[in-house]
This record gives sequence, C-alpha cells and structure tokens, in this order.
Amino acid sequence: MHIPDGFLDAKTALSAGAIALGGLGFALHRAGRTLPPRRIPLMGLSASFIFAAQMLNFPVGVGTSGHLMGGVLAAVLLGPSPAVVVMAAVLIVQCLMFSDGGITALGANVFNMAIVGAVGGYAVYRAVCRFIPGLRGQLVGAAFGAWCSTVLASVCCAGELAMSGTAKASIVLPAMVHIHMVIGVGEALITALVLAAIARTRPELLSGFEAPIAAAPENEQANPIAGRPAFGMSFLIYGLLISLGLAIFVSPLASSAPDGLEKVAELIGFEHAAAENPVLASPIPDYEMPGFSSAALATAVAGAAGTVVVFFLALLLARILTPKASSV
Amino acid sequence: MLHDFLDRHSRLESPIHRLPAHLKMAAALACVIGTILIPAAHAWGFAAVAAALCLITAISRIPPAFLIRRLLLLEPFVLGVAVLALFGPGGWRMFLLLAVRCTICLLAMLLLANTTPFSEILRVLRRGRVPSLLVTTLALMYRYLFVFIEEAERMRTARLSRTFTPTRARQWHLLATVAGQLFVRASERAEHIYAAMCARGWR
Repeated sequence: MHIPDGFLDAKTALSAGAIALGGLGFALHRAGRTLPPRRIPLMGLSASFIFAAQMLNFPVGVGTSGHLMGGVLAAVLLGPSPAVVVMAAVLIVQCLMFSDGGITALGANVFNMAIVGAVGGYAVYRAVCRFIPGLRGQLVGAAFGAWCSTVLASVCCAGELAMSGTAKASIVLPAMVHIHMVIGVGEALITALVLAAIARTRPELLSGFEAPIAAAPENEQANPIAGRPAFGMSFLIYGLLISLGLAIFVSPLASSAPDGLEKVAELIGFEHAAAENPVLASPIPDYEMPGFSSAALATAVAGAAGTVVVFFLALLLARILTPKASSV
Repeated sequence: MLHDFLDRHSRLESPIHRLPAHLKMAAALACVIGTILIPAAHAWGFAAVAAALCLITAISRIPPAFLIRRLLLLEPFVLGVAVLALFGPGGWRMFLLLAVRCTICLLAMLLLANTTPFSEILRVLRRGRVPSLLVTTLALMYRYLFVFIEEAERMRTARLSRTFTPTRARQWHLLATVAGQLFVRASERAEHIYAAMCARGWR
C-alpha cells in the first residue's frame, strides 16, 4: 500500500501531509508526555521489530506470500500514540533507506498506514475488549481491528489516488478494497497469532497495558505503562483527524451515489421543483459519474458482508488460540 | 555477520559521497518534485533528468547492476498501481507517464539512500528541529535493525538445522511465534539499553 512518488498531485500530497503532520505531532506530544523515560528505547526497538516482522514471509500458496503491516499489533503492544510514532518511523526509514514509498507521498502513507492503520484498528480493538473480557477479547479485537484498519487504509489510499486523477474512482476503489479485504484476513490472522504467541511466553507484556493493576504485583516500575492511559482525549483528536481525512479523500467517492436527501426528495415529488430552477448548474449532472454509483454500492455491500464474516472468523480464531481454563 | 547488507554503498568514497548530506537531501527532493511537475508534453524533460541521474551514478561509483536490481525489485509496486490508470481516461499515455515519472523518482531516492549514510540524514533531521523523540526512535531503529534481522535469520537457521518441515498451517503458527519472540527480545533488550543509557548519563 506504499504510494510511490508521482502518483499524487500537489493538492492531495499537501493536504495528506498536513493531516499526517498534525497526527504525528499530536502522537509525539502525547507519547512524550505519557511515556516514562524507560519506555523510550522500546519505541526504537519496536520500530526495528515491526520492520523485521514485515520481512517474514507468510506463505499463501501459488507462489505468493503475504507479510504483516503491523499497525494494530504495535498499537495493542505499545498503546495508540507510541504506535503512531513507531509506524511513522518505519515508514520514514522505508522511504529514505529503501525508496519504498515516495518522499512526496510520505504524508499520505503516514496518514493511511500509521494513523488510520494503527489508531483506527485500535479503536475497534478497545471497543471489542469492552464486550469480551480477557485474552479472548484481546485476540478478537486485535484480529477484527487489523482487518478493519487494513480495509479502511486501502479506502483512504484509493481516495487519494482518485483525487489525484491517477486512476478513475470507479476502478481504483473496488480494486483496492477487494484486494485488501483479502489481504486484511492475512493481517488479522498474523496479528492474532503473534499476540497469542506473546501471551504464551510473556503474558505480562500484553496484560501490562490492558489490566495493569492485576498484572504487576511487584512494582509499577516493572509495568510498562502505569495505569491505563485515558484514551478519550486522544481518541477525540485522532477521530477528528481521521474523519477530516475521510471527508477530504473519500467523501468525493461516496457523494456520487444518490444520497438520502435526494431519495426523500424523489419520494415526495420535491425533485421537480428543484430541477426547474437550478441555483447552480452542476458540472456533473446529479453528481453521477457514469457507471460509478453501482460500483460504489457493490463495494459498500461487499464491505459490509465482509465485515460480518470477518468478525465471526475472528471470534472463531480467538476461541482456537485461547488456552482452555482447564488445561492451564 | 550480515552487518552492512542494507546500506552497503552509502559509505563508498566518491565526490558525491563527500557532499554535505543536507545538500543531497534537498537535491533529491527538488529532483522528485521537479520530475512530478514536468508536464507530459515535454518528454525531453524526463530524458534530461534521467541523464543527469545516470551521470551522478557514474561519478558516485555505485555499481549500476546493484541500482538496477533494486529498481526492478521496487518496480512491481509502481506498475501495479500504474496499471489501474490504463482503465482511466488517459489510457496508455497516462500509464507510460506514471511509469516513467515513478522510475525517475525512485532512481533519485535510491541514489540519495546509497550516497548518504543514514546517520548523516539523522543529523540533518536533528539540526532541522525534528522532535527529538522521533529522531531518537529513528536512530535506535536504524541501529538495531541489523540486530533484529540477524536474530530472525538465526532463528530460521536453528529451525532448518533441526530438519523441520512443517505444513503450511504449522508454518504460519511458527512464523508468528518467531515474530512474537522477536518482540519479547525487543522489550528485554530495551530494558538493558535504558539501563546502559542511564549509566552513561543520558538526560
């Protein structure tokens, strides 16, 4: 999903850059305030860990292999704000050392993969954890969050490409979203498997963040983050930034489908009154790009169906991965 | 030791390597932005930029075979997205334009990466008032990248030497365990590093 140089035009690159800069700035500020100094080396090492983990190739079959992206994994292990910094560091090194992802597209890549990819999935994870307690909830939440964040990031990526005029929205959106609905399953599986592996060897690394009081009997020095940091304030800021990004990059795609108000107007016959004296002549009649609204609808329906299926798969996966109470 | 397989050529000796890092970074950025802004009608512009980059490659003594291999490695991602443009209004012309543009930008960034040690780039970032938490994270990440990749490689060798032939499902489980183990080691190592940093008077 790394966008290379040359695919984004100036307005997209700049607006994505501005949002990414805001998000990263907030994450740095937040992490700098809430992280104890002893956690700072772990940020750099987690970035190397994510990078090395991305290099592990998981065989998919027919000669292809998938790899982890790691946004949600980092967010679950470190918390949302450190995860944004860690993922941004990974993207910066990939861009500057390996030319993977363009320098002019760095803002867009940070927005898609570090901010939407980590925080978007983390919000889902927290929501699921509230309803399903214990390790099982963590695994369901992480797997489902990983899938959601992968798909959401691909929607943003498609929106940015379409906004730049690189590809037509009716092509790029279904292509990106459908591919990433499949890739997301791999991401969900790997995220849950890695978390389960960590829970087997060092459960306190997971519970240290989730349930600090129960997990650290000796002292809070051993506990990475003392007390569960309030996610409310950060959630508000990240939520605002992500919805701003969605509004800029994605809503132009959605608005070409007939919206609710139009539907109502049609029903009560208000439409004719509106059509007779148009206030402004629309450049594209009825916001309708040829052949698009059906594609958007199909993508939305497929997305909704996929979401339900993946959630149940995540539940199943967590059931398999959680050790039974009797066997422990 | 695989120690320097990632940025082997960034420490070569050449006039380009000797240039100050901030100059090279600015030049690479200018080159990328310039290439993106060249309109499709002026094909000679792309040729000129490409020729200049080839000249720099020659002066910098980076083996061209290495650069071409790296380019070919990255090209599938570029073409994968560019193919989508085939179905757009521009058709073939748009596809060609994107492919040429991206390849030139990639070459510029590859040249920057292979003529400038990452530690120099970090120094420029630190001087450019990038928040210290980010620079510290980047610096530690760069320093331990080699260690981690080597550690993953060592775990793989250990597994292979025990004549282990897993099925695909088992292999996923196993790779996930390797990744999990890498994180466990990362968090342990971070503790040691913190202690060492404090012992040397950090902060």
